[in-house]
Amino acid sequence: MASVQYREIEGRSRGFFVILMTLGIFITAGLAAAWAMEHEGHVITGMTNRIVWGTPHVFAVFLIVAASGALNVASVASVFGRELYKPLARLSGLLALALLAGGLAVLVLDLGRPDRLIVAMTHYNFKSIFAWNIFLYTGFFAVVALYLWTMLERRMNGYTVRAGVLAFLWRLVLTTGTGSIFGFLVAREPYNSALLAPLFIVMSFAFGTAAFVLVLMAACRWSGRALGDALLARLGNLLGIFVAAVLYFVAVHHLTNLYIARQLELERFLLLDGGIYTWLFWIGQVLVGGLVPLVLVFAARGRGALAAAAACVIAGGLAQLYVIIIGGQAYPQSIFPGKDLSSSFFDGVVASYAPSLPEVALGVGGVGLAAALTVLGLKVLPFLPRSLADDEPAKA
Amino acid sequence: MNPERRQLLGWSVAAAAGAALAPGLRLVELALARSPEEAASALQRWGLLIDVAKCADCDECVTACRDENGWTGLGRPATDAQWIRKVSLRDRATGHVQTLPLMCQHCEHPPCVDVCPTGASFRRADGIVLVDKHTCIGCRYCVMACPFGARSFIHEPVSGQKPDVPRGKGTVESCTLCVHRVDRGERPACVEACNRDGRKAMLFGDLNDSSSEIHRRVRTEPSTALRPDLALNPGVRYQHL
Repeated sequence: MASVQYREIEGRSRGFFVILMTLGIFITAGLAAAWAMEHEGHVITGMTNRIVWGTPHVFAVFLIVAASGALNVASVASVFGRELYKPLARLSGLLALALLAGGLAVLVLDLGRPDRLIVAMTHYNFKSIFAWNIFLYTGFFAVVALYLWTMLERRMNGYTVRAGVLAFLWRLVLTTGTGSIFGFLVAREPYNSALLAPLFIVMSFAFGTAAFVLVLMAACRWSGRALGDALLARLGNLLGIFVAAVLYFVAVHHLTNLYIARQLELERFLLLDGGIYTWLFWIGQVLVGGLVPLVLVFAARGRGALAAAAACVIAGGLAQLYVIIIGGQAYPQSIFPGKDLSSSFFDGVVASYAPSLPEVALGVGGVGLAAALTVLGLKVLPFLPRSLADDEPAKA
Repeated sequence: MNPERRQLLGWSVAAAAGAALAPGLRLVELALARSPEEAASALQRWGLLIDVAKCADCDECVTACRDENGWTGLGRPATDAQWIRKVSLRDRATGHVQTLPLMCQHCEHPPCVDVCPTGASFRRADGIVLVDKHTCIGCRYCVMACPFGARSFIHEPVSGQKPDVPRGKGTVESCTLCVHRVDRGERPACVEACNRDGRKAMLFGDLNDSSSEIHRRVRTEPSTALRPDLALNPGVRYQHL
């Protein structure tokens, strides 16, 4: 594939600056929200002592999980040797770095004491999965940067496969770590399952591929570069398989719970009478994030259908993480199994939560940061091939 | 010497002896308490025994804790801190109703300590689980991990703090077992209040000390930990639950 020519995007058009300005507004709104939360305290958010992780965490976890998955295309090219995807590998790496940066920014700015980030860098409790994740995230930056270097620097091209394998393994461990943040929570029925680690991995495949497809289509369209139908169809198939895999893991998780008597109440809450969480599960996660994209990529086909499918996967993914993160906390903890609880501290009742403007602004700011880093990356370094027309690169 | 004078002399001698000995006795008391420099020791395991059968509908323990530690609410129940709370239980099968105080259970294997990324959540050698207010970054992972919903996040600026009990916006806190009182050789405020104004449902002591009442009672009477299935071995145990 040495014949593939990469070129920076020109980045002088009005459209380019409009995009950057818009993203700049999102980022500014996110920073303003973080400042307000730091100044006033989290009392200005919808988060409480029962829902301690709210909308910012939905966005942050989505971006971090999607970051790992955005590297799919590069992995398929380098690790599994699919030549068709090789011209896309650079963009895949760039997007992975940008999404992770956006997600981590949200996570850090939501801390009660973001000014103590240095403490998190200097004091480690090595039994904490969170502490492991700090290394996994920073390591991911380093490994993907190395991987990109082997792709961008001609003299290093010989090491691309090895760097690709390292990045592939690293991201599997990273997403295992992200899923285990929840999986290791022994005292909450909605979590406490080893299944969450592989579930998060397949979620990362789906969300990351969806984000990649949208970014690729937008980048090629706005920079006037050809993008072949065959390539897009292959990406669509990939997306469809990942979406189906997510549905499979979700089904197994719920079926297992339904079989266990003590988990029945939890399942009733999630699947039947959990209000917003039940709606988000069936309509958001299963229908919009699962069934609709499957129909779009396998039955409808076509460019518009693929873009719509990718957008649906992202919307459904946010719904899924909302159900997992916020629904999982809203469901009352079983402190006294077999007994109904009541107290002034909202024991035994479904905790109420409504997203607040600062939380949404912070989350959207993270998305804006990820997008802005991608746009700037495309302008300063040659990440995108001059043409992705079907007949230009040799097909696999 | 007539009897009156003799009695007066007797009283005077007693008073002088009392005045002379009292500081000494106070010194003995201080000497028995841990000095601030002395590290907490694993020879001790501080714990509570709560007899639910004796626990009444009062909230003397909650009020005393609030006064002692200064976590007075701001009228926003969803975000106000609660270090100890009264919980009402109703058995689903039988309808039997009980009430009890619930707070940090000071586990031997605390999940909050396991998950804390910076080690701000920690367990003292003598079993008291605390938050280091200087290294807590406010990630709230410990709140997610606590099986007893015992932790609070400080959602807004705090004022009027007690000198012994530092608090700070953006960090997590919970029952300290009144560590500042325990280190002075006193009982936690909740236990003090329950035994003074309540129905003497709470007993504090060193679970490791074979001469202590709590040690004797947990040895000779049935008691249980909350969520025993989690095998956390809490320092707080309940009776008649």
